[in-house]
Amino acid sequence: MKPLTAQEIFEKLKGKFGAAVVELQAEGFNPPFVVVAPGSIQAIGRFLKEDPELLFGSLMCTSGVDYKDKFAVAYHLHSMKLGHKIGIKAFLPHDNPSIPTVDVVWKAAIYQERETYDLVGIVFEGSCDPNRILLPDDWEGHPLRKDYKYPEQYHGIKI
Amino acid sequence: MTEQTKEALRTDEWTINMGPHHPATHGVLRVELTTDGEIVSKARPSLGYLHRGMEKIGERVTWGQFMPFTDRVDYLAGMNCNCTYAWAVEKLAKIEVPERAEWIRVLVCELNRISSHLVGWGSFCADMGAFTPFVYAIREREWVNDLFEMLCGQRLTYNYARIGGVSHDLPPGFLGKVKEFCDYFEPLIDEYNNLITYNKILVHRLKHLAVISGEDAIEWGLAGPNLRGSGVSFDVRKDDPYSVYPKLDFKVVVGHADRGTLGDCFDRYLCRIDEMRESVKIIRQVVAQIPDGPVRAKVPRVFKPPAGECYFRAENPRGEHGYFLISDGGTNAYRMKIRTGSYMAMNIFEKVSRGLMISDIPALIGSFDIILPETDR
Repeated sequence: MKPLTAQEIFEKLKGKFGAAVVELQAEGFNPPFVVVAPGSIQAIGRFLKEDPELLFGSLMCTSGVDYKDKFAVAYHLHSMKLGHKIGIKAFLPHDNPSIPTVDVVWKAAIYQERETYDLVGIVFEGSCDPNRILLPDDWEGHPLRKDYKYPEQYHGIKI
Repeated sequence: MTEQTKEALRTDEWTINMGPHHPATHGVLRVELTTDGEIVSKARPSLGYLHRGMEKIGERVTWGQFMPFTDRVDYLAGMNCNCTYAWAVEKLAKIEVPERAEWIRVLVCELNRISSHLVGWGSFCADMGAFTPFVYAIREREWVNDLFEMLCGQRLTYNYARIGGVSHDLPPGFLGKVKEFCDYFEPLIDEYNNLITYNKILVHRLKHLAVISGEDAIEWGLAGPNLRGSGVSFDVRKDDPYSVYPKLDFKVVVGHADRGTLGDCFDRYLCRIDEMRESVKIIRQVVAQIPDGPVRAKVPRVFKPPAGECYFRAENPRGEHGYFLISDGGTNAYRMKIRTGSYMAMNIFEKVSRGLMISDIPALIGSFDIILPETDR
């Protein structure tokens, strides 16, 4: 088995999942992103992990991004066995950002998704631990959103 | 056993806090322990006591201004964090870095790896009740601190790397001092092994403890010595090379069940000891091969990388340290995500701590060598 290029990975996913795989973001993106429909993220994740030509066993990084008109979740994957990398991105509506969890595919997602929920406010449906992690449980708002308003105080403590 | 004796010997589950101010948690980490007697049935880490909103700060200051903040992401490995950030921004903006600057970066990164592993090792031994190694570790770390003070005037938060190179060239006589340090330090690793590593008490304390299999380590996202301690041969310097690492000869240290089971606390401990040896090997090669030349590329004062997104990772003492940077073509980052090794080690903590004794929890924390500013950012 040899490492695949982003284009080959995209075509492989497109052949398997059809319309759920939207596009390949290549120019200016390093590693390139395959944009997928949020609803099929679990099926795509499982395929990426288990297909013998892909074997993306390690989830390096999960990030939530606020693009002002929409949210995105970016997953960076790496295959230790084959040595290739790819980014997977799912765009979510701005008013109700939620996506199925991938902690059933990679356990590494548990804390990464908790952090994404905590700081960006993206809800991961079916998560085994859907709690805040870095901020207190009663904190209001999600600081990494672009429209975040800084609070005046927290429990009477001036910030 | 009769019902009466069962009732008389009834045990209750207790929930107690370990931390946030506890000498064995390496900082402000709080662990909620649910225990039945001495046995931990659940240990849930509670993070965030040191959360400073680094990623938010990254969106508000310019690209260059963020450099001093990276020191505070992992203050025991400031040079590594500096360089990782610089490499990430250079990858985003496609900046060519002068050859000599890359060699200097590798040199300071490996020196910092040694000093960071020394603190990790020393404080781990102190947690296990052996205080002498800690003093040894601090003594040797002093050498590295002195070298860095000579280099950039700082002993902890260096702010030495720059986007496009390093802030200034090595001072005269620096390489000689580095070589002196290598000659002094290398035999000491054997001394450490004689002093404590194969000490019967330490071995019995750590072997077969908190075993993590190789598959689990990958699945749960462990990185660095914690991953390699489970027998997985993966090092970003080798398997996803960056900078001048491909030109250097060193081997990836992996755990090999030296005393107990593969992936136990002792394997993770031994990985750090052996990695210091490899770092000395790298430093010697850098001292011998470092070329002359400029140390900083021309980068405009008002630095605006082209719009784009990039993920870069490097091998830090605490594992894979990654930056996901998004630029919209402006002077600041649009989004900056920092992925750290300690944070991912806390991910598996709850799983492996189940069923341990309370006194083994400090051993587990010490074997992960976590640092709290890195988990909380």
